[in-house]
Amino acid sequence: MNTEAVQVDERAGINLKPSSRQSEPYSIQAPVESGKTVGDITVPDPIFSCRNVDVYYGEKHAIKKVGIDIAKNQVLAMIGPSGCGKSTFLRCLNRMNDTIPSARVEGSIMLDGKDIHDKKQDVVQLRARVGMVFQKPNPFPKSIYENVAYGPRIHGLAGDRVELDEIVHGSLQRAGLWEEVKDRLDHPGTSLSGGQQQRLCIARTIAVNPEVILMDEPCSALDPIATARIEDLMEELRQSYAIAIVTHSMQQAARVSQRTAYFHLGDLIEVGETDRIFTNPRHKLTEDYITGRFG
Amino acid sequence: MTPAALLVALALLSVGAFWIGKSRSLAIVGGTRGVRNLHSLPSHYGFMTALWCALPALAVILVWLVFQDAIILRLVTDHLPAGVRDLPANELSLVLNDVRNLVAGNVGRDAVSEAARGAADEYVRLRGISRMSLTVLTLVMVVCTALFVRSRITPELRARNRVEKVVEWMLIGCSTIAVFTTIGIVASVAFEAFRFFSMVSPIEFLFGTNWSPQTAIRADQVGSSGSFGAVPLFAGTLLISLIAMVIAVPIGLFSAIYLAEYANPRFRTYAKPLIEVLAGVPTVVYGFFAALTIGPALRGWGESFGISVASESALAAGLVMGIMIIPFVSSLADDMISAVPQSLRDGAYALGATRSETIKQVVIRAALPGIVGGVLLAVSRAIGETMIVVMAAGLAANLTANPFEAVTTVTVQIVTLLVGDQEFDSPKTLAAFALGLVLFLVTLALNVLALHIVRKYREQYE
Amino acid sequence: MNSTSKPLKTAKETQAIVAATLSRRYWAERRFRAYGLAAVIAGLAFLVYLFFTIFSNGMGAFRQTQVRLPIYYDAALIDPAGTRKPDDLNAADYAAVIRNSFKLKFPEVEGRAATRELSRLVSGSASFDLQRAVVENPALIGTTVDTWLLASDAVDLLEKGHIERTLAEAERPLTDQQLVWLDKLDAENAVALKFNTVFLTHGDSREPEKAGIWGAVVGSFYTLLLTLLLSFPIGVATAVYLEEFARRNRWTDLIEVNINNLAAVPSIVFGLLGLAVYIGFFGLPRSAPLVGALVLTLLTLPTIIIASRAALKSVPPSIREAALGMGASKIQTVAHHVLPLAMPGMLTGTIIGMARALGESAPLLMIGMVAFIVDIPKGITDASTVLPVQVFLWSDSPERGFMEKTSGAIIVLLAFLVVMNTTAVILRKRFERRW
Repeated sequence: MNTEAVQVDERAGINLKPSSRQSEPYSIQAPVESGKTVGDITVPDPIFSCRNVDVYYGEKHAIKKVGIDIAKNQVLAMIGPSGCGKSTFLRCLNRMNDTIPSARVEGSIMLDGKDIHDKKQDVVQLRARVGMVFQKPNPFPKSIYENVAYGPRIHGLAGDRVELDEIVHGSLQRAGLWEEVKDRLDHPGTSLSGGQQQRLCIARTIAVNPEVILMDEPCSALDPIATARIEDLMEELRQSYAIAIVTHSMQQAARVSQRTAYFHLGDLIEVGETDRIFTNPRHKLTEDYITGRFG
Repeated sequence: MTPAALLVALALLSVGAFWIGKSRSLAIVGGTRGVRNLHSLPSHYGFMTALWCALPALAVILVWLVFQDAIILRLVTDHLPAGVRDLPANELSLVLNDVRNLVAGNVGRDAVSEAARGAADEYVRLRGISRMSLTVLTLVMVVCTALFVRSRITPELRARNRVEKVVEWMLIGCSTIAVFTTIGIVASVAFEAFRFFSMVSPIEFLFGTNWSPQTAIRADQVGSSGSFGAVPLFAGTLLISLIAMVIAVPIGLFSAIYLAEYANPRFRTYAKPLIEVLAGVPTVVYGFFAALTIGPALRGWGESFGISVASESALAAGLVMGIMIIPFVSSLADDMISAVPQSLRDGAYALGATRSETIKQVVIRAALPGIVGGVLLAVSRAIGETMIVVMAAGLAANLTANPFEAVTTVTVQIVTLLVGDQEFDSPKTLAAFALGLVLFLVTLALNVLALHIVRKYREQYE
Repeated sequence: MNSTSKPLKTAKETQAIVAATLSRRYWAERRFRAYGLAAVIAGLAFLVYLFFTIFSNGMGAFRQTQVRLPIYYDAALIDPAGTRKPDDLNAADYAAVIRNSFKLKFPEVEGRAATRELSRLVSGSASFDLQRAVVENPALIGTTVDTWLLASDAVDLLEKGHIERTLAEAERPLTDQQLVWLDKLDAENAVALKFNTVFLTHGDSREPEKAGIWGAVVGSFYTLLLTLLLSFPIGVATAVYLEEFARRNRWTDLIEVNINNLAAVPSIVFGLLGLAVYIGFFGLPRSAPLVGALVLTLLTLPTIIIASRAALKSVPPSIREAALGMGASKIQTVAHHVLPLAMPGMLTGTIIGMARALGESAPLLMIGMVAFIVDIPKGITDASTVLPVQVFLWSDSPERGFMEKTSGAIIVLLAFLVVMNTTAVILRKRFERRW
């Protein structure tokens, strides 16, 4: 394993031109033993505990024997090059892969000690506990108020209109959107700017009181100012929720997360404290990725 | 030559002209090796010669044929015996009709009067002269242009550009046919409708509640003078369309939802085309089905429940029309539902919504404008549908909202008023055009509105 | 950012509420899904019921009762003068030949009235068949030949079980005496259901047993052929212009709006246009396939144009750029590269448009293609009718026998439609190309 990496490194040193580096993605072909993750995948008192998770899309083996814990009141960042399976893994956690007919998930994913694939586990209940924010803001074609009220309505969380108003108000406030929209709650959600739409989606998610929030590249469609606001928001939300975020941006991972997991071609290569991963990566692939040799 | 033979001859001559042009162009540059010295390909010179020959000749033939009949008839009329010529206009037109029929061979010589026979012979003689002169004129024109174009061919002649310009103009010409069709519809229908409104007041037509279009044929005839209050027709049309929509919208919408969101791909591959077969069945088949199967069946059921159902009830026609429109609604709704981005569904699922909650509150909500547009198009379909109501709804112009009674519709009345022999100046016939105008305007408004909504909706997710 | 406010409920409380309402929500889910399935099944059930009704009513039209009778070609009746000239043979009274043959078969029948009643077992048109046989083969005269004659409508209905024998005599078209004769013939196997060639080869008739659809099929053929010849070039040219040449401006927008609207204008309005313009203004003949085709052309043009434009759109721009880059002119690019690639899609759209035109009847009623026409049309200006209008005409006929013919004609019409649509589907499957 190690010799292979060294050998690769030498070749990388020879090929200085960026174009030739791209044409020979040396590291990506490096053999990796699935399920052998560098670093400590466990945490004390985890909310999620995943072991030996495999995902197949038809014939394609998208996730290979991934095992990792997600801690409460912490942000876990998942990084890695495109197509490495980090989004796929994230979608396993609230069983969003169920909506893709060809997808098949194996292994154990325990939420609070109970397998989410257990027959007794209801997917609706699961998703009420594990909320998700998507890459592209996807507000419903309804008013701002109705967007936030949607979750409480379908789950019957509000006894009356007053309580619903309070939930909407509270959620928008915690998403940092209240001041901006309080005078136009009846405007369509799509009338907001991209960053506001994404915060609306976050408000929509926290209105259901989840325990975990999954974020799939939530800032990739946003400008830097909107991104900064979402990142601040994540820091606030971490006080109440466990957050798992997939991101393309290593800087973002470094800014917002306490733990970082590096994925590569369906394998979980390395997990560790964010500071440690970015200053002292142990695996060659991780190092090559965070130092920008590929990706 | 008959016009058909002349057209064939013209086609052959154009092929000849093509070869003249092509060989001339090759000849002036000294054979195939000199083609590089030509501005365009030899075939372009050929096409140019052929087009220059055929198009003017074609125009002459068309104009000639359009006016030939009218001019000959005028001459024949002048040639008629004085006694016949002085007949009132409508009787004279009967004689001329005989002449036409005799010439066309639709009636035997014994069936018409002496005067008509003489006129027919005169007609045939004049037509012979006319055709002969047209033939000569066309052929001379073609040959002259071919020779003229041939003499003008030089290596510098931009034959390709000229041919392509003509082709482009022909394409433009074809594309204007749609516009001319609309103008034709509006002009012809509106013209006849205005003649109707000069006899019957538009107020009476639009707001009158009594419809009995049987008018006296002769001025001295006793009896019905005809009344043209079209409200019962409008009401009947709306009643039947409403019944059709009550059937088609829920069934169409729910099957679209099921096929788009629930059905497994195998079921969908078979069920979707099968449902669309319903749209391919000719309306006359539905009409027959409604009149012979559904109508009597409904009456039978009505009797067993003690309800009196007319055998040509609005319910039977509306029910079958609804069946016909199901695939229309379902395929449009399917399109609209498929256009809703997956991200919206994901958003709802991620909040823990069940599938039906997602569909009802997010997908349908998002697709609503498109679905409304589709339903409006379906309404326009139902209003304009003819055969089902002609065969299954009655002629009785009842003003009622009871679906078990017989009602009549705008389209039924148009067909009834216009099928069979008719003259173009009785209010009875012209009323059909007035109804046609209303039908056209209403469906046009619905279509424009619906297409606008649907397009706006499509743009939103593109 | 004021985010200190805490949730009203804890996650645990929320989960308890969710769990409590879950069964009700899943029940709603199942109900909603059942509605959807029910709707699909309702649609399919209508389809099955429609086809079942048509086929169970119509299959009988393809079979017809015939009666075998030893026909004595009596020279005294057919050609008393012995000239054997076709004119004389044509002029003979062949109904009398049939009556005579019946009398020989049933010698016990006495009197003119009874003989007529007897000879009404066969169709009045049977005499024409004998006439044709004799004119073709005068050697028949003087011989006796066992011949299958077309049974009358009433006998046909009885044999197919549409008339109950148990009805009172006055309520059925056959008398008791006729039933006795028929049973006697039946006992000799002289009554049989045979394949109905008349239905497929003859024109319309007032008598159900002599009515056929061939006239309507030929009328439909001429009308559709002409429609195709007119609408395909015009439709493709329009699509090519709009898709490849036209710049977007008000004029092309107008054309587009027009095309989309015409696609949704009720077909009967096109009939009004045809009546007012083609017949009223240009004086073209009523009831002719020519006028029918002109009307149907306008009706199908939008379908063809829309399909052709979609086909042109699906050709990737890179192909056009490649050809233009080689120095081809715009027209050459379209003619050599784009059109051939788009052709399968255009043909598919055209076939679908033609199928629609074949089933269309309302506008043709307006231009008089609804007349009763016995002769098979020989050209595009002959008075004729088309298949769907024939269906309409027969469905209106009071005779019980025509109901079966109507369904039979519908089956033929549907068969043509199935062939056309299948061709379109195959064409699409064959040439479907993903870029």
